[in-house]
Amino acid sequence: MTIRREDVLRVAELAHLELEEAELETYRIHLDEILAYIGKLNALDTSDVEPMALGFDARGGKAAAGARSQLREDVVRPAEISEAVLENAPEARPPYFVVPKVIER
Amino acid sequence: MSVWRRWSVAEIRESLRKKEITAQELAAEFFRRIEQRNPELNAFLQLSPERALAQARRVDQMAARGEDLPALAGVPVAVKDVISTRGVRTTCGSKILEDYVPAYDATAVERLEAAGAVILGKTNCDEFAMGSSNENSAFGPVRNPVAPGRVPGGSSGGSAAAVAAGLAVAALGTDTGGSIRQPGAFCGVAAMMPSYGRVSRYGLIAFASSLDRIGPLAARVEDVAAVLGAIEGRDPRDATSQDRPPGDYRAAPDVKGMRIGVPEEYFGQGMDGEVRARVEEAIRQMEALGCRRVALRMPHTEYAIATYYLVATAEASSNLARFDGVRFGLRVAAPSLSAMYRKTRGRGFGPEVKRRIMLGTYALSAGYYDAYYLKAQKVRALIARDFSRAFEQVDLLVTPTTPTPAFRLGERTADPLAMYLADVYTVTGSLAGVPGISVPCGNTAAGWPVGLQIFGPPFEEARVLQLARAYQNRRGDA
Repeated sequence: MTIRREDVLRVAELAHLELEEAELETYRIHLDEILAYIGKLNALDTSDVEPMALGFDARGGKAAAGARSQLREDVVRPAEISEAVLENAPEARPPYFVVPKVIER
Repeated sequence: MSVWRRWSVAEIRESLRKKEITAQELAAEFFRRIEQRNPELNAFLQLSPERALAQARRVDQMAARGEDLPALAGVPVAVKDVISTRGVRTTCGSKILEDYVPAYDATAVERLEAAGAVILGKTNCDEFAMGSSNENSAFGPVRNPVAPGRVPGGSSGGSAAAVAAGLAVAALGTDTGGSIRQPGAFCGVAAMMPSYGRVSRYGLIAFASSLDRIGPLAARVEDVAAVLGAIEGRDPRDATSQDRPPGDYRAAPDVKGMRIGVPEEYFGQGMDGEVRARVEEAIRQMEALGCRRVALRMPHTEYAIATYYLVATAEASSNLARFDGVRFGLRVAAPSLSAMYRKTRGRGFGPEVKRRIMLGTYALSAGYYDAYYLKAQKVRALIARDFSRAFEQVDLLVTPTTPTPAFRLGERTADPLAMYLADVYTVTGSLAGVPGISVPCGNTAAGWPVGLQIFGPPFEEARVLQLARAYQNRRGDA
């Protein structure tokens, strides 16, 4: 498959990235090359394989047994860091972040 | 403290206990070294002298009262700049976070300080930990202190360089596809990626959540073990961190009768002849220690890079969506919200980060999810199966860390695929979730360090460290 300029524009739009004209062509070439390389995965039959979504391997031996995600109790605990958090904002009016107008009329 | 010495964790503890030094003097000495060498090496992006000296003072007070000193008392440590430090600028090597000051500490940082470590500052890295040479930092590349003109490796290049140059006794790095082990190999230090789930990722600014791990680098394996012992363990703030008994990392390094697997696929095409020779010598040394060498196959190894660059970029495209100019970091003004997002991200991210966001977005986009992302997750399971099958036959696996020694600055920047292939021996273990360490195994004729990699089964860090330490002691230098 060949990546076209329209594909790059569509992906940049999805990713909220404004790209310069020169970048469009560079990324077109790189995506094309990398995806061609990645195509080698199609040589493998994976029809009977369960996808591995996390970093734990269920079959990873004795010590790996039982590795899983564990959620903590859902308890509200005040963090009291909102001031420090807002100090990092490019624009804030405590206790709010300020953004350009969202809804156009 | 007029004579330059490397200092180990044990030496510092002993000297503090005997009151031969103070933690404050030691910290001051390391800041002097940084002041001298950092302009040339660019290993540190920012220093935290106030925080370091306050911590050193606490350690000195403990020593003065004759209290038992904690495991890392007074140990000067550097922290990679993708790991959050309260009140200390954390940039991820990116312009988009140039002025970001976290409001909280990463768990690993909290635990380092609870163990008495003195945090000197934050180390340079490839932007958002994406890179294998440190040339992707928005704040300039790190220089390799032991191989002039060569890259220090990446993405934890600043951490590896700081340790190699003696600007820190130990450092925290992060490893997603090789980012601790590969710079460890290029700079000639010991560098460990713990099992997925062993160390909390809370406060690690995420690149690829199913792969990211925090781990230690130090000149000697014992010090890697000491730092791991301090930072590991369950943390309710990271759902994937596991409740495991801490490993016995001080066990005598007896490796007699250990079966070490040597997978054929790690000694193939593209491997430098001198790297092969050093690794073969290391394996013979292990045999001399009583290990039994077992040849085996790990047939899916060749698919690891392709798998990794789908899984990692897909997760990155999602994780990096948070950098949008609203809550932190750079904002490029624009009349509408969506234009503000696009301009901020277009200008704030560097070329490699944008490339990976593009690739990951493409792989997750409508019509391609099954063909790319799901396919990669299935091949990932096959790669993990290679490991679990190997560990039915052997106790540990031994491979080179990288196919070549450190390459020249600028040598691979124009060719992303060539850069990705620098991680060909490390990404496998990242995908499988197993622990791995790189230990120095000598130099090439030109003097460039070579790294030997040891993989163990999940949560068997103790065994990995045992062989690493036995081998290091047998080699008898550093």
